[in-house]
Amino acid sequence: MDGRGDSGGGVTTLSRMPALLGHEEVGGLVAGLDVAVDERRARQQLRRQIARLEAELAGLFGEAFGHTEVPHRVEAISAQPRLLDLGELEALRDELADRAAEGRQALVERQRLEDETRALVERMLAAPQDFKWVRVSREELGLPGCGHWHSRPRLGPIGMLMGWWRVKISSGCPLSGRLAAVDHEGETRGEAGLLT
Amino acid sequence: MPRKGDEVSADPANRMGWVPAPQQGWVAPHIASEFPGLGIAWVEVDAKPGRSPEPVRRRLRDLSDRTYGSQAIRLRERPIPWAYRVFYRQIGLDPDRTRTAVEQLTLERLEDGGFRTHGLPADALNIAIVETGVALRAFDADRIDGRLCIRDSAPGESLAGTPAELAKGTLAIADEIRPLGLLFGATAEGFGVDRGSRRIAVAAVQVKGVPQIAVEEALWMAAATLEAA
Repeated sequence: MDGRGDSGGGVTTLSRMPALLGHEEVGGLVAGLDVAVDERRARQQLRRQIARLEAELAGLFGEAFGHTEVPHRVEAISAQPRLLDLGELEALRDELADRAAEGRQALVERQRLEDETRALVERMLAAPQDFKWVRVSREELGLPGCGHWHSRPRLGPIGMLMGWWRVKISSGCPLSGRLAAVDHEGETRGEAGLLT
Repeated sequence: MPRKGDEVSADPANRMGWVPAPQQGWVAPHIASEFPGLGIAWVEVDAKPGRSPEPVRRRLRDLSDRTYGSQAIRLRERPIPWAYRVFYRQIGLDPDRTRTAVEQLTLERLEDGGFRTHGLPADALNIAIVETGVALRAFDADRIDGRLCIRDSAPGESLAGTPAELAKGTLAIADEIRPLGLLFGATAEGFGVDRGSRRIAVAAVQVKGVPQIAVEEALWMAAATLEAA
């Protein structure tokens, strides 16, 4: 041991010894130690806040993934691991709080955008002719998959001239089996080409 | 003890009883008072580094099949990875740059399409880390003097193999004489496991929020895999 042990326990003991507290020198020492203990409590409080904010950021990151970018990075305070002082912990807490606030804001913003897009799709479905050629993807609605809603004329140019518009809903992502078949077909053709 | 050529069970439960009990290290008091719950424990096993046997490689493949991208995204919300992330923050590291052990492995799994084998003891540690989330590292047990501890660096101290002195207060894993490596960082030259190692110390760093049982399970799992190989 190097004698740097925390003296919190010692303070408690000394604080309960009024005779010793009367002594000026010891009283000064105790006051100094009290400050140290208070600072340690403050650091522990900050560490608890950091833990809570980290949990919130982790939740926001997971919730936003695939929908929007959530700013969650807080740069390292130190290149190597060490005890942080009160000021550094405070700065870290503030940075995390800022990131969490930005993350919440980004999610709210994204939610608002998705709600607006959902309303747009509903209006498109109700009156396709008012939204000519408008195309909305599932991604814009925060939905998984590759599909989209596309306002298009029936029968191509004839529908365009006649004003026959409809919303076409795509069937989604290409099937992996079909893609594999295409690859296989390509390989077979390549081999055939080599042979001929 | 299994003999060479014996069938090694992929299920650690079949190998129970081979593993020595973990030893508890100590944490410098002023650090322990700042970080209640911080601890270090280790087990020592007779094992040589080398190619992982088939059951270990099979176990890695099984783990790869059980690890998905969606789990990786939600990993930081799980209690043990979260506890390490919090601790990284509290000691000044950015867990998105200096990744926690389990997050680093999960990321590599996604990038490589599977957990790649790195031989022993790395594979044994990686299996235990991914299964439990606990941060493990290996040292050459024959070069450790006394008990392991977590402490801050003394003035003038440096890691073996690096000319620069450690900055005052750098947290390190040490034995009774010298720092063996940074806490969640580089290992001092000559104290990691190399070809000449014949006895391996697997150390687990426990932080607040990581249950003791998870630490014991991680150590047991890594040690059992090493012993069986």
